[in-house]
Amino acid sequence: MKSKKWPEDWQDVNIGCIVSNPGSAREYHTGGWRAQRPICDNEKCIKCGVCYIFCPEGCIIERKDGFFEANLDYCKGCGICAHECWPFAIKMVEEG
Amino acid sequence: MGERKGMEIALAAAEAAALCRPDVVAAYPITPNTHVPEHLANIVSEGKLDAEYICVESEHSALSACMGASGAGARVFTATSSQGLLYMAEIMSIASSMRLPVVMALGNRALSGPLNIWNDHSDIMSQRDTGWISLFASHGQEVIDMIIQAFRIAEDADVLLPINVNLDGFQLTHVVEVMDFPSQSEVDAFLPAYKPFASLHPDHPCSMGTLGLPEIYSEATKAREVAIVNSRKTILKVWAEWEKAFGRRYEPVESYKMEGAQEAIMTMGSMGETAEIAIDALREKGIPVGLLKLKLWRPFPYEDVRKAAKGLKSLLVLDRAVSFGGPGGPVASEVRSSLYGETDRPAITNYIFGLGGRDVAVEDFIKMFEKMRSGDKKRSKDQYEFYGVRGE
Ligand code: SF4
Ligand code: SF4
Repeated sequence: MKSKKWPEDWQDVNIGCIVSNPGSAREYHTGGWRAQRPICDNEKCIKCGVCYIFCPEGCIIERKDGFFEANLDYCKGCGICAHECWPFAIKMVEEG
Repeated sequence: MGERKGMEIALAAAEAAALCRPDVVAAYPITPNTHVPEHLANIVSEGKLDAEYICVESEHSALSACMGASGAGARVFTATSSQGLLYMAEIMSIASSMRLPVVMALGNRALSGPLNIWNDHSDIMSQRDTGWISLFASHGQEVIDMIIQAFRIAEDADVLLPINVNLDGFQLTHVVEVMDFPSQSEVDAFLPAYKPFASLHPDHPCSMGTLGLPEIYSEATKAREVAIVNSRKTILKVWAEWEKAFGRRYEPVESYKMEGAQEAIMTMGSMGETAEIAIDALREKGIPVGLLKLKLWRPFPYEDVRKAAKGLKSLLVLDRAVSFGGPGGPVASEVRSSLYGETDRPAITNYIFGLGGRDVAVEDFIKMFEKMRSGDKKRSKDQYEFYGVRGE
């Protein structure tokens, strides 16, 4: 189960489906699930970090300039950051 | 050397579990199995067992705590009944899918409703397909033996599955019986320390119980099914070793007076004891009838059932649960599928009886046997029948 994304056959499934290579969730890009993406208006952002705390995916990072940005490889588009951002800086925009 | 003494079977179940030196016990009391966790709590509080006893707030938590501890490499034990088992239902399948060798003493009790605290097998049957190994004891000695065997089987590197040991509520849990208790050194020699296949340890990080997407769920399910089917080999191996060490024989289907039998009754659980007396009485009258006692419910012993049924003209399968709107009793349903492909197979009659603590006497087994033999036309068309229900 090391390098491959899925075990090839049922015989290759780890006992109890344990995942023994730490951080392997990184290999699965949940960004593919997204229907809407969060767009931040940095004019309104006060750099409070509430979005960073609430993102269930843990994919929001703090940039050097203090603003926050979602890593779209992993952002599922759940909209929680937009809902929690109290200065209303984040808007959810349809993909595509 | 062990010791022979009289004791309530629920207390004996706790003593047997303590002899296995579990690291963690997490259970929530529920009738009729209350005395199992209660007595274990005493054993721990008196310092006779060095275990973590977790007073959980529910059965859901009891099984969850056992699984967390098992994941960390501990030997774990829990006990429950009926509604308590239903409260664990969400966790039951997860325990087997995570391959955590939890051992449970299940004091069988009818499911509500109507609310009923007495014995039948509707509780375990509701959890039949959760991937646990299921053993059925017919008396106190088997309860002790099976609990000790259960740890060996569950923790075997070729098995790694949770096990429930079924003991009929009240009929077993509350009955005082004279039993042989193996000594601590005998149990230590039989049951080595648990070597976990993986454990939650910071030096060897791993994730347990992760998401299984459609790309993996089918393969994971097949791996689980193969694991429980293969556990049969280990169960038989452990039973053979048990017989060597303690002189008591265990088989998936135990025979009683089957020599030359043309007809047989099949039971599972404590009713087998009463049925034996009925068989004695029928044999005395010269009727060639025997008894088959099912000890292993999952993985179901298809080959043993086929072997046991060979040459029989008729087989009366008795069930203490009903699969509503389905094939009647769950045991008969499995027996029928075991024999479907056989050309030489007995006619099978299925009665559902002894529900919610309804007393079943020796005469009832004789009556059921005679009823089966009477060749009642209505019965032959029916897949199953309730026995002893008013208004027949
Ligand atoms: S939409 Fe959801 S997943 Fe994406 S950044 Fe916002 S909170 Fe995180
Ligand atoms: S919650 Fe809104 S205001 Fe606060 S840092 Fe995030 S985007 Fe900026």
